[in-house]
Amino acid sequence: MAKKLMKGAEAIGEAAIRAGCRLFFGYPITPQNEIPEYLSHRLPQVGGTFVQAESEVAASNMLYGAAGTGERVFTSSSSPGISLMQEAISYMAGSQLPVVIVNIMRAGPGLGGILPAQGDYLQSTKGGGHGDYRLLVLAPNSVQEAADLVIEAFDLADYYRNPVLVVGDGLIGQMMEPVEFKDDYAPVRPLPPKTWASTGHTGGEKPRSIINSLFLDPEVLEKHNQALQAKYAEMEKNEIRYEGYGLDGDYDVLIVAYGTVARVCQTAMEELEADGVRVAMIRPISLYPYPSQAVREAAEKASGVLVVELSAGQMIEDVRLALEGRRPIHFHGRTGGMLATPEEIVDKVRRIVEGRGGKS
Amino acid sequence: MIQTVFQKPDSLASVITHYCPGCTHGVIHRMVGEVLDELGVRDRTVGVSPVGCSVLAYNYFETDFHEASHGRAPAVATGIKRARPDLIVFAYQGDGDLASIGMGEIIHCANRGEKITVIFVNNAIYGMTGGQMAPTTMPNQVATTCPMGRDVEQAGWPIRMAELVSALRTPAYVARASSHSPLHTVQAKAMIRRAFQYQVEGTCFSMVEVLSTCPTNWGLPPNEADRWLEEQMMPYYPLGVFKTPDGRDRAPKPLPADE
Repeated sequence: MAKKLMKGAEAIGEAAIRAGCRLFFGYPITPQNEIPEYLSHRLPQVGGTFVQAESEVAASNMLYGAAGTGERVFTSSSSPGISLMQEAISYMAGSQLPVVIVNIMRAGPGLGGILPAQGDYLQSTKGGGHGDYRLLVLAPNSVQEAADLVIEAFDLADYYRNPVLVVGDGLIGQMMEPVEFKDDYAPVRPLPPKTWASTGHTGGEKPRSIINSLFLDPEVLEKHNQALQAKYAEMEKNEIRYEGYGLDGDYDVLIVAYGTVARVCQTAMEELEADGVRVAMIRPISLYPYPSQAVREAAEKASGVLVVELSAGQMIEDVRLALEGRRPIHFHGRTGGMLATPEEIVDKVRRIVEGRGGKS
Repeated sequence: MIQTVFQKPDSLASVITHYCPGCTHGVIHRMVGEVLDELGVRDRTVGVSPVGCSVLAYNYFETDFHEASHGRAPAVATGIKRARPDLIVFAYQGDGDLASIGMGEIIHCANRGEKITVIFVNNAIYGMTGGQMAPTTMPNQVATTCPMGRDVEQAGWPIRMAELVSALRTPAYVARASSHSPLHTVQAKAMIRRAFQYQVEGTCFSMVEVLSTCPTNWGLPPNEADRWLEEQMMPYYPLGVFKTPDGRDRAPKPLPADE
């Protein structure tokens, strides 16, 4: 299929359809309304179902019910709405249900604002809801990558029987960029049959399916938790994704940034390189599992590391864990919906090179 | 020749339930199981159990099941039914689950006209958590969180769910029955059967509220609990069919005047 100019939100909606998803449950919230709006007219065209729920709490529980039948299901929301979904997300992780959730992050805390932010990193990667569980978390930096990752997210969800969260910010949802969808979508890897799905207990042919996260016997519940942890260990082995920029050359400063702010960093890098400042960047695409080893190895060549986020400093905790004190780590973050500018990043890198990078 | 004249419905599992002596959950489970057998839909039924005393209902039915979080059973049932309209989906909920934390889910599920069936068991108290006040607890009824009795000035009056849900414009079948005597059980079973029948035909949302006893948390022997239900609950929660999908037959008994 030829490239088409699409708004990020619409590309995300179309990607879900291309992945074979025919069920969307959601609730309006800015800045992601174009996703449900797009699907509300596209899903009926392909025989699918769109339900506007009464709340994000209900939407996520509809997702839980629908996913239990083995069908591919999808929802999208933005930060405060994702907070409301955490109850069902914990249940879906506990019941091992494949679902895809998109969070178009906005600035917080509380009602916050509606402009782009990355303040939900810790919520996304370190839990969010109650209990020991992990989501696979993917962070695109372009409309094309958002579409690709959403399609792949459905496969990953089915493969691991686990919720997959795709996090973007308001820019991913709102900007228009060329997108290309493959004509012949095929799963990236063979997917296991959904023998666990509740589709009716047909006279003993299939064991009774109970979609459940309740295990009152502590020994049984601990075994269940161990099985979940083993699954997360598999994810950590197989699903690390990142992109490197200039990692093959020599550099003094390594930037670590994800999502759209990594593109701002790219612009800053061009200016710095033109000025002879040696800088490289690593962009985590999978936020969980985090590319710790790649970040550690990339940092070895640098004398200092700069973490840039649209938050007060959340991913920086994973960078610290990855580096274990091997290199000084500096931070530049903007909050409240303010964007980091290339000039700010250029200035910050120069100061690091000059030994004035501030507290690390 | 020996003939079997009474047996467990195929839709019920051959297990012993955890319910207290005198509790009517078992009776209500049986009525649902019999109806699933009679309609021949067991093989394509998915139940949704709540949080509350019937949290383990998935162990007691021979059908597929989802365990919902507290109050969300109508949303979970919506997801199942929308994903697979060919399945028969029922939510089994208590009064804390449906009328308190799950008020939003039940009202909107009914208002969307989801083609599911809700069995709403109202025993005027929180059972599993140990006898706390429910939205359906009667005025002056003692509970562990209203030790002096429910104060309607502070907690408001008990919520009549059948009346509330039947006030919605969307076509539905809404009825209230009781489970405390054999005669009332016969009536309740007929209502539950009708509720599932509407779903099998794809007609409408259906909900049957079933008044139930909780001897343990009411602090009464089972026989006195039955009497308490009849004398204290039934005047406030009138039995009958409140709404039918064709709009006729809408004949709730007049509500008692509030003192």
